[in-house]
Amino acid sequence: MNTHLPVATTSAAIEVTDMTVAYGDKPVLWDVDLETPPGVLMAVVGPNGAGKTTLIKAILGLVPAAAGQVLIHGKPYHAQRQRVGYVPQRGSVDWDFPTSVLDVVMMGRYGRLGWFRRPGKAERDLAMQALEQVGMAEYAQRQISQLSGGQQQRVFLARALVQDADVYFMDEPFQGVDAMTERAIVDLLKGLRSAGKTVVVVHHDLQTVSEYFDWVTLLNVRCVASGPVSQVFTDENLRKTYGGRIAFVGRANNAEPTPGRISTPAPAIGV
Amino acid sequence: MSASLEIQLIAVTAATGCALVGVFLVLRSMAMMADAISHTVLLGIVLIFFIVQDLQSPWLLIGAAAMGLLTVSLVEALNRTKLVKQDAAIGLVFPALFSLAVILISRYARGVHLDVDMVIMGELALAPFDRVTIFGLDLPHALATLSAILLINIVFILVFYKELKLSTFDPALAAAFGFSPALLHYGLMALVSVTAVGAFDAVGAILVVALIVTPAASAYLLTDDLRKMLLLSVAIGAGSALAGYWLARLLDANIAGSMATMTGVVFLIVFVLAPQRGVLTQLRRQALQRWRFAQTMLIIHLLHHEGAPDAAVECRAEHLQAHLRWQPDFAAQVIRDAERSGAVHQERGLLRLTDHGRRLAEAAMVR
Repeated sequence: MNTHLPVATTSAAIEVTDMTVAYGDKPVLWDVDLETPPGVLMAVVGPNGAGKTTLIKAILGLVPAAAGQVLIHGKPYHAQRQRVGYVPQRGSVDWDFPTSVLDVVMMGRYGRLGWFRRPGKAERDLAMQALEQVGMAEYAQRQISQLSGGQQQRVFLARALVQDADVYFMDEPFQGVDAMTERAIVDLLKGLRSAGKTVVVVHHDLQTVSEYFDWVTLLNVRCVASGPVSQVFTDENLRKTYGGRIAFVGRANNAEPTPGRISTPAPAIGV
Repeated sequence: MSASLEIQLIAVTAATGCALVGVFLVLRSMAMMADAISHTVLLGIVLIFFIVQDLQSPWLLIGAAAMGLLTVSLVEALNRTKLVKQDAAIGLVFPALFSLAVILISRYARGVHLDVDMVIMGELALAPFDRVTIFGLDLPHALATLSAILLINIVFILVFYKELKLSTFDPALAAAFGFSPALLHYGLMALVSVTAVGAFDAVGAILVVALIVTPAASAYLLTDDLRKMLLLSVAIGAGSALAGYWLARLLDANIAGSMATMTGVVFLIVFVLAPQRGVLTQLRRQALQRWRFAQTMLIIHLLHHEGAPDAAVECRAEHLQAHLRWQPDFAAQVIRDAERSGAVHQERGLLRLTDHGRRLAEAAMVR
């Protein structure tokens, strides 16, 4: 056992200690420590290649970690599978797979069912409820290849809802969705937070971080900062995370973003 | 049972087993892995044969399954080095193992029942001569083996249906749930290996892949439901097997070749005529879209210039040819259709929108 593990932290929803992931000898995550309290809506932001997706995958044991430990509500992930929900990137699956919307949502129950047990009426009912929650009930029997990007994302969210988890990890749920769907997803995430769930979201749009989230982790191979948005989403931390590229990721509305200026409505910016 | 009936039963059993595993291979984009496995299992059979000296031994199936898994592992290991891509890795591993098997057979197993032609081409016509008695039933050996393999396939897919579906569609979620996609993957590959060995008797190593891939690929074009895809794949596989048998009798040709040909014929028919995804449907849909789009273009054009000073010029039928770059015949047809649908009416060569047409055009603009 690691002797320098923080001790009285069992109240954290997610606790990552010394997480290092490398592909070959190239580190993708370098000694990441993270402690997320329960009931927060946390954005994980950072430039491309910062290891955001890898962080989630390593927490869920989907990629092997060279070092580090993960606790979900005080216990290792494999003991807490039932309490963790996962929404992979929309593009990671084949949407031409021969199956229906309802069927995909029911897959969210497979974890609870475990090996061999078949989904039945109870799973179907839960899936229908979740589809209603994301406004996709009328698409239940649709073949999944007929969905638009936003609809695909809603289906994935419905699938996460039926997992009925305490901690959710979502990989870019806003990627390629229209403004209306983005709004709907945000409402849904806030609903989850009100229900006491912890939600971790890989996010790209710095402008909406303070509006959507109350917790943020700034990641660039190392964990630059993690904490309440009002405290850690600062100009300085962003510059540390994005380096010189900040002006471009800030996605300013004006055609020529001023270098060094951060065009996010982040509080506590003192430029 | 007559020999003819027995041969048909063997063919159908082999095709059914192949068609079942084929569905998951096609959905996992692993069709070429099936081709590789169906060849390399031969090496497993040969090696085990040297040990047990018995072509009836169930150990042969175990050896085949092991060699199938070795093939998959070698391909994946090569691929992981990032020096060789997946398709090239398959192309490297499978000829290596297969050629080794061919050399071993021709050098050390000549004259035994195991001969190269038979393994490569299959000889279904001879299958009824090789018999075995099981539960008091006198059956062709191939039929007994293939039935056992088919049973294993059906049980595996029934038991792991949910797990196979999830790990094929979304391996990451399957892994997060603790379902071990790797275990299912290798289980499936072992099954493919065993199925391929069984199918040797029917069609030989070269054409096994036709029975595995083609029915599944056809079924994929016909349905949006995994269960139906499995059933359709089986139906197409079995149907092609029977049709192939009779084609072979009719032409006095090789049965294996005829069966594989029939799977291809069925695929071709499905490819062209499938109701949703067939080539014909898609062409028709494109033509219809082009036509509808032309109608919309026409009424929007008329809406734009309606009441404008240039209306007398812009809204003339002849002008459309120049302005919208339509061929005269095409323009005339579009106008005729628009008139027939009541969106446009023509007065002395001048086109006007009707109220109905104006509403349509406005609706199209909003969208």
